[in-house]
Amino acid sequence: MSEVLKVPTMAEFMAQGKQPEVLFWVGCAGSFDDRAKKITKAFVKLLNKANVEFAVLGTEESCTGDPAKRSGNEFLFQMQAVTNIEVLNAYEVKKIVTACPHCFNTIKNEYPGLGGNYEVMHHTQFLKSLLDDGRLTVQGGQFKGKRITFHDPCYLGRANNVYEAPRELIKKLEAELVEMKNCRRNGLCCGAGGAQMFKEPEKGDKDVNVERTEQALDIKPEIIAAGCPFCNTMMTDGVKAKEKENDVAVMDVAELIANAQDL
Amino acid sequence: MEYLSNILFALILLLGVGYFTRNVKRLIRNINLGQAVDVNDNKSERWRNMVMIALGQSKMVRRPIAGVLHVVVYIGFIIINIEVLEIILDGLFGTHRIGLKLLPLGVYGFLIGAFEVLACLVFVSVIIFWIRRNVIKLARFWKSEMTNWPKNDGNIILYFEMVLMTLFLVMNATDVHFQALNSGNIVSQNIVPLFGSASEGTLHIIERSAWWLHIVGILIFLNYLYFSKHLHILLAFPNTYYGSLKPKGAFNNLDSVTNEVKMMMDPDADPFAVPAEDAEDEVPAKFGASDVQDLNWLQLLNAYTCTECGRCTSECPANQTGKKLSPRKIMMDTRDRMEEVGKNIDANNGEFKEDGKQLLDDYITKEELWACTSCNACVETCPVSIDPLSIILEMRRYLVMEQSAAPSELNNMMTNIENNGAPWPYNQMDRLNWKNE
Repeated sequence: MSEVLKVPTMAEFMAQGKQPEVLFWVGCAGSFDDRAKKITKAFVKLLNKANVEFAVLGTEESCTGDPAKRSGNEFLFQMQAVTNIEVLNAYEVKKIVTACPHCFNTIKNEYPGLGGNYEVMHHTQFLKSLLDDGRLTVQGGQFKGKRITFHDPCYLGRANNVYEAPRELIKKLEAELVEMKNCRRNGLCCGAGGAQMFKEPEKGDKDVNVERTEQALDIKPEIIAAGCPFCNTMMTDGVKAKEKENDVAVMDVAELIANAQDL
Repeated sequence: MEYLSNILFALILLLGVGYFTRNVKRLIRNINLGQAVDVNDNKSERWRNMVMIALGQSKMVRRPIAGVLHVVVYIGFIIINIEVLEIILDGLFGTHRIGLKLLPLGVYGFLIGAFEVLACLVFVSVIIFWIRRNVIKLARFWKSEMTNWPKNDGNIILYFEMVLMTLFLVMNATDVHFQALNSGNIVSQNIVPLFGSASEGTLHIIERSAWWLHIVGILIFLNYLYFSKHLHILLAFPNTYYGSLKPKGAFNNLDSVTNEVKMMMDPDADPFAVPAEDAEDEVPAKFGASDVQDLNWLQLLNAYTCTECGRCTSECPANQTGKKLSPRKIMMDTRDRMEEVGKNIDANNGEFKEDGKQLLDDYITKEELWACTSCNACVETCPVSIDPLSIILEMRRYLVMEQSAAPSELNNMMTNIENNGAPWPYNQMDRLNWKNE
């Protein structure tokens, strides 16, 4: 990669006595998972391109506690939450954007009760606001006319009723947005939520991600768009299990927007 | 002797309503076995939800066939029951069709005519419901938890409705006086030929029998509710009123844990401090839930409200892929255990006597609990705002915080979060490495 990403930290902003416009909460997957790191970078490129003054916490960021909470470990969740809230409040953070619906949901809905009150946006919502404000423009580019389906992440969709922002971004690509049998509030889970990502599934006759991938493949998309690093992994694995990885790509909405502009 | 039937009627009515009242009290007592939960906020939004979801059936019609049929039966049920008012007045005062004395003939005829049309529509809808259950065998009615009583219960309700509607129409058809008025007998006049050659005396006996069986049937049905999934016709209203108003992704934060965490994080906290006088009461007996008394009363109300339609289970990703988890079974198990605890209390003079059983393991297995993806599909689809996910979470909390019984992979994940601030074994100091990769 030739071009250098500008990724300032909150500490650097603080040192200059400045406040960024928004904090980008990268999340554990976005920081460590090889596939998700690409999503993180795609999103940062878009932020750079739109000249958004953002910052990350960098090494001061820690797990929101979502998988611990959903496993039933309320102690660990609250320890994580209170620690994160202390850091966020110390930096006087007001607005947070994240590319992970689990971080999004936890910070937005579960941190306020523990003293963390922020405006929290999913990256698809944030990108849409950049487009609406004319700070970012999108042309179809390589995705013009492609059949793209969007897989609703449970923690973005049903959990928080965000269904349209990612779809509007895909439509901006002049792509053909096709819907699966189960979509929006009826969207089928990818199988990763509730800490399932970190364990083997219980005995059954199929894996959830395969079931969901079959639903996607039924409508013959060229791209399955996701808005969650965990869904992305599950759907990618599902496509591989169906031996369709040469025909169908699984991509985050941010990657679609960034690639359309050859960023 | 002439008052014999009035007295008999009053006795039957008293018995029917009395036994029902007794069971309603028991129901409320059982629901109150649950922990307190504050749901007194946003009253206007709650009323709106109740009107939309329970009265307006807004979530029922998301599945159009079952939804529309259900609306027909529901409207029919409510409106036809206005007729019961007349039956009760007639029964108590020994009158016959007192409505004719109180209302102009045109109005009375219109009402009865409407009841007859609805009775007919209800009858047809109920037949279709029966066919869906027993002939088409829709998958959600044939899951493993739908055997024995739950299966029979579903059919008994349908038979009840068929019989009651038939009795109502037969009662009208054999009422010579009513037929002579020729007002409001829109459906029943077509049944009259069936009794073609019967004498007026025979018709009167059939009419009286149908009348008595109808009201006795209604009272039996009323008392059947407590033992049946059919309780939803009453409890759907409070249940949708008290249903969660928060985004579905928001899981509650345990206050008891917050207190402990604050103590741990507070450098000035004195771990050896003598607790305040009333502090003892605030410490919960345990974290999470292993039995029904650990759940909150709203979750117990949820369990009584469940009508076992199985929409939750049919939407559940775990169940769809052959896992044991069925959100409907979570609700049915909760209710069954609550009933068991209630009977135990009744048998032991109001005190629960330890019976060596609990909701966890004896009813709901760990395998079911750990199969949940917390995707909220069950919560989203429930037509009466039941939240099976909250019970699953509460029981996971017990497993993890009281028993340290999480699957080992999850324990690894949690250890990683504790040590490195990430669910995987990566160093927190490497969090920004992606920038330069």
